[in-house]
Amino acid sequence: MEIRSMYHKRLREIQNEVLVMGGLASEAILRSIEALKNRDLDLAQQIVMGDQKINDLRFDIEEKCIQLIVTQQPIANDLRIIIAVLNIITEVERIGDYAEGIAKITIMIGDEPPVKPLIDIPLMAEQAVDMLHRSLDAFINKDADAARKICIEDDIVDHLYDQVYLELLALMTKDPQIVSRATRLIWVAHDLERSADRVTNICERVIFVITGKMEEM
Amino acid sequence: MDNMTLQTPQRIKLETEAVNLYYGSFQALRNVTMGIRECAITAIIGPSGCGKSTLLRLFNRMNDLIPSVRVEGKVLLSDTSIYDKDMDVVELRKKVGMVFQKPNLFPMSVYDNIAIGPRHHGMKREAELAGIVERCLREVTLWEEVKDKLKQSALDLSAGQQQLLCIARALAVEPEVILMDESCSALDPESTLKIEELMRDLVSKYTIIIVTHNMEQAARVSDMAAFMMMEQDKAGVLVEYAPTDLIFSNPKDKRTEDYISGRFG
Repeated sequence: MEIRSMYHKRLREIQNEVLVMGGLASEAILRSIEALKNRDLDLAQQIVMGDQKINDLRFDIEEKCIQLIVTQQPIANDLRIIIAVLNIITEVERIGDYAEGIAKITIMIGDEPPVKPLIDIPLMAEQAVDMLHRSLDAFINKDADAARKICIEDDIVDHLYDQVYLELLALMTKDPQIVSRATRLIWVAHDLERSADRVTNICERVIFVITGKMEEM
Repeated sequence: MDNMTLQTPQRIKLETEAVNLYYGSFQALRNVTMGIRECAITAIIGPSGCGKSTLLRLFNRMNDLIPSVRVEGKVLLSDTSIYDKDMDVVELRKKVGMVFQKPNLFPMSVYDNIAIGPRHHGMKREAELAGIVERCLREVTLWEEVKDKLKQSALDLSAGQQQLLCIARALAVEPEVILMDESCSALDPESTLKIEELMRDLVSKYTIIIVTHNMEQAARVSDMAAFMMMEQDKAGVLVEYAPTDLIFSNPKDKRTEDYISGRFG
């Protein structure tokens, strides 16, 4: 007879819901960049409205964690998982907010002519989303090594951000008329860079679950 | 069904309406009104002496065995008053079974401990009795452990096995309700968790009410929780009765909050 089967089922369900939440945030980031590239204001509006779903899921997962703590008294590894979930969903929710922010920038830009073709910004988005997917896989699979490797990849996103920033700075210096548009693109790049930083925080929590120690990565 | 999904309206299996219980001039319970949900686990918690077991024993009239007991108010099982003078108490105790704190098996074989109930209620055919014994032992997940020992003394089993056998004995007469009065408090942690798991399996068919001092157990296993305490005159009162997840995360009454967070008890 499996002991405490309902408790273990609830714990698995919570972790799976974190994956669902991560999927929603990833999709929001990628679609926000698609909306930006294509000047798709309808898509941008959908992303803005869709952020509520991510926020609601965060509160739902949080409530389930609280109930599990209250009714099942998790300890040791299970407690670390619940604590990690409470932190991870905050990070994922912020990534969802960044996607919303990028979508709002797209709406603000409207049909203004592009400053330059978007090359590095989509790369940043793909890298950040890939890191997010793998960080949540590492969480489910309890893989600290995978989590540490993902943290190193944050440098790639940081490097791309520096490139975008310097390139846009140079363009603004040449043509002050584009300052307003270029600044908005810097914000987009900044949001993507922060998304990757959030993934690093998620990886720290994954390592914490496995080792019981918080390592600053 | 688990203790976090009890959201749809439930039928009431047992009810008390303004129940007062006295042992002579001493009032043990005051004005207890509650409805026990069908096919749910209800935990009664509270400090020692507050009337938890007294409340539990209302439902199968075990308090009748105490001289000078007097009950006012109504106690209903499936809308039928169980304190009517016409009530067949033996039949009541068939429908409302009980498992006690310490295993109280008869000094008989494993088989006979289970068969005695159905035999008493008129079943004579051994083939049917054997079927009941196997069914009940399977229901409590004891069959594989004891199927080759059915004729051995039940008292040779471990404490955990004995308590499971007590539950099987209660199931043999096909009750509707199972009362468990601190049924795990004499057991080791592993046996306790096995019985808790069994409760969650049984609740799909039976209404279960448990009295427990173990608040963590109440939180783990029950759907509804009833907090009782003793007033100044030592009468037990029902302070708060709500879904377990609410009682343990956001109790409405400060006395409940103080008790479950260990400020008194």
